[in-house]
Amino acid sequence: MSELAIEREIDRSKMQVSDEVAIEINGMNKWYGAFHVLRDINLTVNQGERIVIAGPSGSGKSTLIRCLNALEEHQQGTIMVDGTELSNDLKNIDKIRSEVGMVFQHFNLFPHLTILENCTLAPIWVRKTPRKEAEETAMHFLEKVKIPEQALKYPGQLSGGQQQRVAIARSLCMRPRIMLFDEPTSALDPEMIKEVLDTMIELAEEGMTMLCVTHEMGFARQVANRVIFMDAGQIVEQNEPEEFFNNPQSERTKLFLSQILGH
Amino acid sequence: MSDVSFVRTEMLPEQAPPASEVGLIGWVRHNLFSGWFNSILTVISLYAVYYVLSGVLPWTFQSVWNANSLTECREIMMATWGSTHGHACWAVINDRWLQLLFGFYPSHLYWRPILSLVLLLVALAPVLYSDRVPTKMLIITGIYPFLMPFLMWGGTIWGPMSAAIGFVLGWFVYNLLNKQLSELIGMIGAAVAAVIWWLILSSYFVGVMDSILPIGIEAVQSRQFGGFMLAILLGVVAIGVSLPIGIVLALGRQSDLLIVKYMCVGFIEFIRGVPLITLLFVASLLLNLFLPPGTNFDIILRVMIMMTLFSAAYMAEVIRGGLAALPRGQYEGADSLGLNYWQAQRLIIMPQALKISIPGIVSTFIGIFKDTVLVSIIGLFDVLGLANAIRADTAWNGIYWELFAFIGALFFVVCFSMSRYSMYLERKLQTGHH
Repeated sequence: MSELAIEREIDRSKMQVSDEVAIEINGMNKWYGAFHVLRDINLTVNQGERIVIAGPSGSGKSTLIRCLNALEEHQQGTIMVDGTELSNDLKNIDKIRSEVGMVFQHFNLFPHLTILENCTLAPIWVRKTPRKEAEETAMHFLEKVKIPEQALKYPGQLSGGQQQRVAIARSLCMRPRIMLFDEPTSALDPEMIKEVLDTMIELAEEGMTMLCVTHEMGFARQVANRVIFMDAGQIVEQNEPEEFFNNPQSERTKLFLSQILGH
Repeated sequence: MSDVSFVRTEMLPEQAPPASEVGLIGWVRHNLFSGWFNSILTVISLYAVYYVLSGVLPWTFQSVWNANSLTECREIMMATWGSTHGHACWAVINDRWLQLLFGFYPSHLYWRPILSLVLLLVALAPVLYSDRVPTKMLIITGIYPFLMPFLMWGGTIWGPMSAAIGFVLGWFVYNLLNKQLSELIGMIGAAVAAVIWWLILSSYFVGVMDSILPIGIEAVQSRQFGGFMLAILLGVVAIGVSLPIGIVLALGRQSDLLIVKYMCVGFIEFIRGVPLITLLFVASLLLNLFLPPGTNFDIILRVMIMMTLFSAAYMAEVIRGGLAALPRGQYEGADSLGLNYWQAQRLIIMPQALKISIPGIVSTFIGIFKDTVLVSIIGLFDVLGLANAIRADTAWNGIYWELFAFIGALFFVVCFSMSRYSMYLERKLQTGHH
């Protein structure tokens, strides 16, 4: 189920990791009430990296990436995104959010706006882009995710896979330097998972910095340059995908991989 | 042993439905006579409808339109039909309809409320039919709240001007502080500046300007207001102002700022816990005790404020229901794109929450509009108060069906229109499927 084969050849010419640091997390801790959900997270992500975060449910992987654009608040430690520290300062938070794109499990498109309006809203209101220019950008990215013909429809009229591709296009319209994916294919039918993964692969081929929480191990194997395994709110193991899948070190990782990859 | 393997080689074509399923016969069979029990119910219902109409229709249409008193009415009925029963005396409406509509408003100035009503429809058009009416007409909508009191009460033009200046002043202060400091401080500063202007500086401004440039039209006193006009006046103000206040209260109730939150909760729960009549008595009797002696705080304005606050508290709860129905993902979607709080509320959250709340909002509108008749209890001559006054007149003593039927019809037309509009709006905003 999780090992969806990726058939096409991946173009790796632009998939280069630079020395520039995109995200730096130092000693980050987070609690939900008394529950210690993220424990001493240390992670540095360079520009151009494609990281897949895996782990059993409840391990804190979604919470971790949601902390990166302050959808969740952390209580200890520091998070630097693109050189700006995430603190309580609302101006910093809005700045980071406008540079970090996020794709959700349930798409979170705005149902009262057309696809085009969904894509132009943030550029117009946050970036103050003129409407015409924003619409051109939106159409460019809608073409990229291969649904320009749906631009004037409403999200409720699209299939799940199409909606998720719109959500990706919507994020891209803000020209983000980093993209976060929070289980982007978990709510989709198998047929639609492929179309969304294809879009994500294309994004990776262009050198986008990506952090993906996903159970798609085929994607992790072929696209990621690093896989992070989390359990009980901690980073248990991280490695290059080849090593991670073929030669897992921790017992917890071995167990997880044997369950998810099966037999 | 049967063979379970089956492969369809030919797809079946679509066929026309049998005659009993379509057309008039199909409809009657499905909806009226679908079984012996439903057939009996249909027959009984038809008889009930016939029974009611056979009484109401002759009463309504075999009626007297021209007479000067109830006695004269009855004489005409005896002469025409040989009975005074079962015939309406619409002559009372014919005689007093202007009074029922306008109260004691000076008759040579009737054009002013009529013009106000026409302009109201013009001002509402770009709001109600935003897709068919040019957006530029919103300018009229913006001017109307200042133009309408000027037309209705008359007097100097500087009063409404001064009220408008308060808003402009607030807007400038907001822009200034928003750029220099923050949005929240800007809003507070704007409110403070506007209130200072209205309460303290405005009266000097009006006095000075009126002595320099006395422009104005004949003034009408509040006690001359009445009739259905008063219901519309109170209803429109309460409806128009309570919606924005209700939105702010609903947002305040969800706020993370504890003081703001509990102020909103306290206000909503207090107003909802008190009957409207009580608030109206406070407006008419008690409020004057708390105001400095000599201040002339108009009775209609006081009633307007109370009705607006009352309606706003209910509105806030209706909108809160809409907010609660929105999935958290909508907030997160807006946040993740970098929209700030007010942008997210205005562009994402409110349009959806209000859409969900339309039936509740319109119910509240209709409720508050009908509640305007309660002002007859505190001595304002609204349409119901006038009906009582007319019945106290010796000429029409003893008449009541015709008056109340007429008043009922007036309210029904307005309330039914609101209800239909809300259904139209719900259909228009439906974006889920084709």
